[in-house]
Amino acid sequence: MARQRLTLLTGLLATFVTIYLLWNLRGPTGFILSLRAERLAALILVGAASGTATIIFQTIANNRLLTPGIVGFDSLFVFLQTMLVLSLGGLGYTALPDTPKFVAETACLVGAAMLLFGLLFRKGAEDVIRMILTGVILGVLLRGLAGFAQRLLDPSEFAIVQQAQFASFNVINDDQLTIAAIAVALALLASLWIAPSLDVAALGRTKARTLGLAHDQLVLSALAIISVLIAVSTALVGPITFLGLLSAGLAHLVLRDHRHMVLIPAAAVIGAAILVAGQAVFERLLGLQSALGVIVEFVGGLLFLLLVLRRPAR
Amino acid sequence: MKVAWLLAGGLLALALVSVSTGATSLWNGSVDRDLLLVVSRVPRTCAAMLAGAGLALAGVVVQQTVQNRLVEPGLTGTPEAAMLGLLAVTLLAPGAALAAKMSFAAAGALVGTIGFFALSRYVPRKDPMLLPLVGLIYAGILQASLVWAAWTTDLMQYISIWASGEFSGVLQGRYELLWIVAFLAVALYVAADRITILGLGEDYAKSLGLNYRRTVYLGLTIVAIMVAVVVVTVGAMPFVGLVVPNIVSRWRGDILRQNLPIIAALGAAFVLASDVVGRLVRWPYEIPAATIFAVLGAALFLWLLNAPRARPHG
Repeated sequence: MARQRLTLLTGLLATFVTIYLLWNLRGPTGFILSLRAERLAALILVGAASGTATIIFQTIANNRLLTPGIVGFDSLFVFLQTMLVLSLGGLGYTALPDTPKFVAETACLVGAAMLLFGLLFRKGAEDVIRMILTGVILGVLLRGLAGFAQRLLDPSEFAIVQQAQFASFNVINDDQLTIAAIAVALALLASLWIAPSLDVAALGRTKARTLGLAHDQLVLSALAIISVLIAVSTALVGPITFLGLLSAGLAHLVLRDHRHMVLIPAAAVIGAAILVAGQAVFERLLGLQSALGVIVEFVGGLLFLLLVLRRPAR
Repeated sequence: MKVAWLLAGGLLALALVSVSTGATSLWNGSVDRDLLLVVSRVPRTCAAMLAGAGLALAGVVVQQTVQNRLVEPGLTGTPEAAMLGLLAVTLLAPGAALAAKMSFAAAGALVGTIGFFALSRYVPRKDPMLLPLVGLIYAGILQASLVWAAWTTDLMQYISIWASGEFSGVLQGRYELLWIVAFLAVALYVAADRITILGLGEDYAKSLGLNYRRTVYLGLTIVAIMVAVVVVTVGAMPFVGLVVPNIVSRWRGDILRQNLPIIAALGAAFVLASDVVGRLVRWPYEIPAATIFAVLGAALFLWLLNAPRARPHG
């Protein structure tokens, strides 16, 4: 049942991709196709990354309202990047070759996220709303710190960081596309690898531990995977808070299944499909520039409010 | 009474520091000292104090109205709503007088604040942390609409001016609107007892003979105007209204008639101090007071969230 629906979702994504690629195609076909394919790849990577990251995050936080963006994961990335530029100088930063730089940034994020959120989850597992709020404010604090650090940069250095500040699907860092694709593929594989353990973890920390799961260890490895995925999506287009919430919520809704083996791919496919379809509609149909990120935030925010207000009383 | 003298003395000392701090020294004789004082330093000091007092008072009124200590207008969408009002008047009547812009901003802020108040009645009260979260998301939705409206009309730069509160642009003749805050503070002082009763909840307030609805709208109107004035003249500054009333309430309980002057003075002192720090950190360049306060305020809020209460409430 779930597998059929997953196939259906994949078919839907394939349709969107074809529409996006072939819509109104004329002139130098090869050139246009290569341009579109590049952006398409970025959209799919970002959508898949944030969908997967959110599903895993919701499981280890044991809460369907959370996304890594809400608790400030991407602010942490922006902050770390700012600190890197600040400490190395703009010239030193841009002189670094792409691959090691990305790896180093991601490694920083993995370390920092494990420290911060690992602590948060272990301490606050029983009081979920306090944990979310702490995370949200932590996000504000990190954004504030990044803003503060950016004031200390000179304009040319600032321009380097600025790219990571706003979500934009039109200016995509395509030189990082290959590394990003490899990273996302590895992270997806890893998340499927731990999918059975995630099924157990979804029962809650106490039950999972009774059943013999090394819960704390699993949380740490899940946080590492999430960090890689968030690093990819933030590096490519900038912070997006609610895309993951949309795709994870839809994945649960469509599949009605609790196995992460199918949930994770479904969330990835839905995330990618939302972005590709949205970009196709906005870019081609409505002729609007740059509005997609904002619309995703708007709709996702409404969904979040709806979920909060309809939450069954404990 | 001792506290009052202490606070007044501290504020005066801070004001003196603020007046004598800046890119140019007052005592090297190359500038006209009186002119510098009258045109720039004194207005700037007054503006910081008025903005701080206004935001802190607005915070306490909202907290009493929705009966939740973890919210404040700056984190629940009021500045965003004011900016939407400003954007509307900028688009509809670009040449409008300051008073007209001001009234549109205040009207927008009022609608946004009442919207949050209406939303707060649907949020389950069991968990006090839920409402601030809902407020943050509500603010995010307003922010998304604001960004979208500004993006499609090429007014993004306006927004970035309003969004981050700073005092470097304050000169004689450009901040006087802020004195409205002083008048409103007096009005609030007159209504202090009613607003204290508001904090007991709708049922209690009604059985004590208070016209609940009218008092709520009076309070929210004062909040909206105060926030709108601050946004129009210096820009948004989150966290002031949250941190200051909480500190005062932990310290002295909840009798507003006694507390309002202390809250106002402390708010003024905090904002003025962050402005002075912002002027000194990267002398002779400046860092916006809002940036400094966001870091400070977020850290304080995290402490408020997670520190055990010193003594039980009431």
